[in-house]
Parts: sequence; structure tokens; C-alpha cells
Amino acid sequence: MNKSTLSEKNPMSHAESNYISHPTDDLVIDVHGLTKRYGKHTVVDHLNMQVRRGEISGFLGPNGSGKTTSLRMMCGLITPDAGTGTCFGYDILSQREAIKQRVGYMTQKFSYWEDLTVLENMEFVARMYSIPDRRRAIQQALRELGLESHQYQRTATLSGGWKQRLALAACLLRKTELLLLDEPTAAVDPQARREFWDELHRLASQGVTVLVSTHLMDEAERCHRLSYIAYGKLLAFGTAQQIIEQQKLITWSVRGSNLALLSERLKQEPCIQDAVIFGADLHVIGFDESQIHQTLEKYTKEQLCTIEHYMIIRTTVEDVFIYLMKKTHEASAPTGGKP
Amino acid sequence: MNRFRQSLSRILAIFMKETIQLRRDRVTFIMIISIPVFQLVLFGYVINNDPRHLPTAVLVGDESRFTRTILSSLRNSEYFDLTERFTSHESAETAMMRGDILFIITIPPNFSRDILRGETPSILVEADATDSVTVGGAIAALNQLPQQLALKDFEGILGQNNSGISSRLSSSAAPLTESSVHSSSSQPISFEVRVHRKYNPEVITQYNIVPGLIGVILTLTLVMLTALAITRERERGTMENLLSMPATPLETLYGKITPYILIGLLQVTFILVIAIPLFKIPFEGKLWELYLSAFLLILANLTVGVLISSVARSQLQAMQMTIFWFLPNILLTGFMFPIAGMPIWAQWISRIIPLTYFHHLMRGILLKGMTGAELWHDLWPILLFTTLTMFVAVRTYRRTLD
Ligand SMILES: Nc1ncnc2c1ncn2[C@@H]1O[C@H](COP(=O)(O)OP(=O)(O)OP(=O)(O)O)[C@@H](O)[C@H]1O
Ligand SMILES: [Mg+2]
Repeated sequence: MNKSTLSEKNPMSHAESNYISHPTDDLVIDVHGLTKRYGKHTVVDHLNMQVRRGEISGFLGPNGSGKTTSLRMMCGLITPDAGTGTCFGYDILSQREAIKQRVGYMTQKFSYWEDLTVLENMEFVARMYSIPDRRRAIQQALRELGLESHQYQRTATLSGGWKQRLALAACLLRKTELLLLDEPTAAVDPQARREFWDELHRLASQGVTVLVSTHLMDEAERCHRLSYIAYGKLLAFGTAQQIIEQQKLITWSVRGSNLALLSERLKQEPCIQDAVIFGADLHVIGFDESQIHQTLEKYTKEQLCTIEHYMIIRTTVEDVFIYLMKKTHEASAPTGGKP
Repeated sequence: MNRFRQSLSRILAIFMKETIQLRRDRVTFIMIISIPVFQLVLFGYVINNDPRHLPTAVLVGDESRFTRTILSSLRNSEYFDLTERFTSHESAETAMMRGDILFIITIPPNFSRDILRGETPSILVEADATDSVTVGGAIAALNQLPQQLALKDFEGILGQNNSGISSRLSSSAAPLTESSVHSSSSQPISFEVRVHRKYNPEVITQYNIVPGLIGVILTLTLVMLTALAITRERERGTMENLLSMPATPLETLYGKITPYILIGLLQVTFILVIAIPLFKIPFEGKLWELYLSAFLLILANLTVGVLISSVARSQLQAMQMTIFWFLPNILLTGFMFPIAGMPIWAQWISRIIPLTYFHHLMRGILLKGMTGAELWHDLWPILLFTTLTMFVAVRTYRRTLD
């Protein structure tokens, strides 16, 4: 893999280099230059994305970064203003009907019929996709998400998490080759979340492709590959490890007194990108190892907030994403400094 | 074959979903049943109970026995509650404008002299016909007045006064009685009643209403129901889910429309079962031809509903557009006002609206026994309208969320 030396200046280059290196792979999703504007606002800006068969691809980005909009464009729900692409080799603009046969899309906002019961909603989905052996398939999907005892309940009366489980069950029931999931596990408890992800991996091993948007870092780490977008632009692409390495960020774990004040002070230092408190620890993130070392050393002699101890730890994807987002924000709004 | 089966499966899925939703939506369901009943009972009440004791101003310009006889005859009919408190025509008219009185009866000066001279004087009756159903029966009674009086009372009066004139009595409004009295008359004497229907020249009859009501009820309920059924999906966010599924627009529309076709046919049956015995409406034509006509009107309305839903952004807008469509359907199709009396541009609009033809069909089938090829004349415009609207509706049906 070509590890770009321009990485710090242009985060786009990573996404592009990764994408160019697998052009002949078995691509289920392959879109180029997808753009969507609402009024003057460019919500998705020349997005390129490739997802290979049997891969779980995570789609991350801050609120309003254009994830939902991108997913909608990929399954033909909204028309892009520019860009082309294919889904299973079908054109996303002209062959929507063929794509819909093979895609299971789960909306971010709950969108099943509240006046139907759980079972009726499932039967509707099963009929729409002509699922063979309907009854058994439905019961199996319900069982997997623990919805059996709720199947005769009106959907409107389900709790938020149970509604989400219904949407998940309906997704599993479809047995489509591609699942586009928009924050599927929001509001779902950790155990159900884990089981659902186990199920996703099982499906992936059978050749089902999954593109899943999420805000949860533990889920991101369970994906084969990640795409990170902010302000409609793809900023990073690759495995979690690759993304971390690309950015060359270094993280220190710092212990000391008065961490709140310390973090405020450290954020003012030009060589430090971010300082975040995790319980008794403060994570300090930056590029230049020696400079940060000097800075931290300086604070061991401070009165109000003193560093007692620090060490280098593994940088997380979350740190990288937050750094990337801030960087693009500052680039797009040059007048504003650090918040 | 397999594709066809899958397509059917999707239509069935949407059909079942829609039916369940319809069944669970109490308010809508009650509306579907209660609108026909409510309308029929409302119209039926007015039609069946010939209203009596209507407030009436009498302006007497000629105090005579003739006048007294006429007024007591009017009282006896029980249609009119007479008052002579108005001294001028203006004051009576003001009272009518306010709605205090429904009739002004003017007996002109020299009324009795003119009768005796063999001229035909007029009693002028002005009726507030805005409430035409109410005044209809009373007007009918008024029109009978000259002939009734000619037969009974005037003979007596004339006999007392001047037996020589009694032989000359006749009534211009009563051709049947003419011969009986005419035998010995040399010069008929009579008076006439001139009725001026104010504000609304056309009086709706009961036969006009019930056949018309079938179409009006179908239009009122079905356009709104389909328009709402589709915009509701957009408003609740379920459209995003539905659109991501593999149903084609046509499959979606078939599945969504079919329950409402059944609802419409059910309503027709309901109206017929209630209205025909209740109002003694004749049924001269063939039942299946009536249902065929109704089926076409239902389809026409449903396509209008679909069209509205693909333009409307919310349920509220869909509602407003439905009312917009409903107004010409009520006003310009001959249900309320005769088409012949409309300006040309309005007549052209009425020619576009399927309900116009449906009214004609219903009157033809129910009252005149119109059948076979005669129906085609009114059926093809409805078919044409439906086809065109369906075409536009499917073309404008939004396959995306844009
Ligand atoms: N129909 C629309 N009209 C106008 N603006 C829209 C529309 N849909 C989305 N947007 C805007 O597009 C931007 C991206 O929205 P999108 O829903 O794709 O974000 P997201 O990444 O899914 O965010 P979240 O993480 O909160 O779900 C937002 O700023 C939103 O306001
Ligand atoms: Mg979203």
C-alpha cells in the first residue's frame, strides 16, 4: 500500500490511495463523486466509496455530516446532483428497481407501521421480498432478536429499543445480499447490540455485504473497514488500524491533579491537538513526540495543575476521527481558531 | 412466471397492510360508514317531512270575499302561517332578507273586480328559494290553489252574489276541471298564482338528490381517503421504508387502491339498500350496470386521490386539495344547479368532471331504465378521465424522497 507522505496536509489522499489500490475487487458498492446539495448547502461533496462483497463497512462521521444522505443515494431513495455509481453492477440512477430487490435498507428513524402488530409488519416485509417458507423465517428472525413474546403487540406500544429490534429483525428477514444500515443499534441495549453484530458477522461470512453507519466506536472497531466523512467529504478510509497509522497521531495518558484545568491549559499549547479526560486519566493527543514530551515535562512543575506521571498509549480511532473533524472544520472556516 | 408471482406477492402485501390499517383506523372507518347514512338521513328528513307552517307575509290590496276565501284556503293547507302585519312590500322584503319570513303573497288591488270582469288577475307569490327543499312543497300547494278554489269556494261566493256569473267560472291552471265547469260558460273567469322563486331558480327534487348523492358520497370519501393514505406515509416517515422496498409504483398503487375500491362498492350497496325503500326510488335499470358505472367512478376518484397525494407535501395540503376538487364536483355537475343554466366556461368544466356523467348515468339507470349502448355515451368520458389521470398520477408518483 502506498502510504502517502502528504497525509497531514491532505486527508483525502488516504481515501483515494486505498480506493485506487483495489479497483478490480468484487465491488458491491462502487460510487464516484456523489454530490447532493440542499439549497446552497452541499451536504455530500464528491463522495467516493467502495464496498467489497462479504465485507462489513463502517460509515462514520459527526452529526449532519451526510451519512444518511449518502446511504439514501446509494439505494436510490434520493437522486444525487452529481456523480455516478453502481450497486451490484446496476446503475444507481437508472436501475433503481433492480437494486431495491437486492438491498435491505434500514432507516435511521423508525419507519415501520405503528398501527400494525410486530408480526404483521414482519409479514409485510416477508411478502414484499417473497421470502420462501414465510412463517418459519419470520419466527426465526423474531427469535433472534427476542421479539417472540411481543409479536402480537401493536408496534406503537413498543419501547424505543424494541422498535429498533423490530427493524433489525425485519432487516435480517429480508435475506438480501446487501444491507444498508443507518445507525441500526441506536437505543438498543449492549447485549442485543453484541448479538446483532455477531449475526452481522455470520451473515458477512456467508457473503452478505454490510454498510453500516454508527456513532459507536466499539462498533466501528468491529467493522472490516471504515469510512469517515465530515462536512460531506470522505476524510479517511481503511481498516481501523490503517486509519490510525495514517494520521500518525500519538496519545499520552497523563495522571495528575486538577485534570479539568490541566486539559484547558494543554489545549492552548500549539503542539497539542486535543486533551480529553477519561476518569482519572487525561489523554493528550498530538504529532510531535519530542515537543509534547517537553510540554508535558513543563507541567510537572506547575502549581495549580500538576502532572505526576505520563506515558504513550495506543491511539484510538475516536481520537483520530475527532482530530480529522476539527481539522476540516478549521480548514473550511479559516477565521475561527481553536474552539 | 416467477416474476409475476413476486409482483402479486408485493401487491398482496401492500393490500393487506392497507386493509389492516384501515380497519384499525376507527375514525376513518366510522366516516366511511357514517357519511352515507348521515347524508341520506339529512336529505331524507328534509324530503320526507314536507315542512309546514312556514312564515308568510300577506299584502292585501283588495279587501273582498275572494281575498278572504283565498287566505283561509291557504291557512287550511297548513303550509302557511299568515301574517298581515306588514304594511308595505319593502318592509316584507326586508323581513324575507333577514329570514323572518319565507313567502310574500301579494293580492293586488282590484283583484275581485278583475275576476268578475273575466280577466285573469295574478296573485304574486315571492318565495325565498334559497332553502328550496323547504319551500318546494308549499309552492306545489300554491300552484294547486286556483283550481281548488275554482271548484269549491268560488262557486259558492259567486252563487250568493250573482248566480248569473257562476256559469262563467273556470280556472286557467286547471285544464281537467275546465270541462266540468266549462259546459255552460261563455267567458271563463279565473285568477292565477305567479310564483317568483327568489335567490335560487331551480328546485331540487327528491329524485334528483338520491341518485346524485351516490356519486357525491363516493367522491367525498374516496378522494380524501386515498390522498391521505399516501401522504400519511410521507408524513410518518414510513415512505422511506416503503420506497426502499422492491415494489414498483404501479404495484404500490394497485395494493393501496384495491381496498378503497371495495370500500366504494360497499358504500354504493349501503346507499341503495337504505335509499331505495326509504325514498321509494324506482329502480328501472340493471343492477350490474349500476355497479359497473359506480366502479368506474370509484376508479376515477381514486386516481384523483393518487394524483393529489403525489403533489401534496402533507396531509393538510392533501385535505385542502381534496376540498378544491370537491367544490366543482358539487356545484358544476348538475347535483345542485342545472348545467344548462351555467355560463359556457362552467359547462366546459362540468364536462371534464366524471361526476357529471355519473349523475346522468344514475338518473338514467334508476329512473329511466337506461341500459346497454345508451350508457356508453356517459361511460367513455369517465373511462377517458380515469386513464389520463392514472397516467399522470403514475408519472408524477414520486419514487424518491426528493
Ligand atoms: N431534505 C433535506 N432538506 C434540507 N437539508 C437536508 C435534508 N436532508 C438532510 N439535510 C441536511 O443534510 C445534512 C446531512 O444530513 P444527514 O442526515 O445525511 O446527516 P447524518 O450524517 O446522517 O447525521 P446524523 O449522524 O445526525 O444522522 C444535514 O445538515 C441536514 O440538515
Ligand atoms: Mg443520519
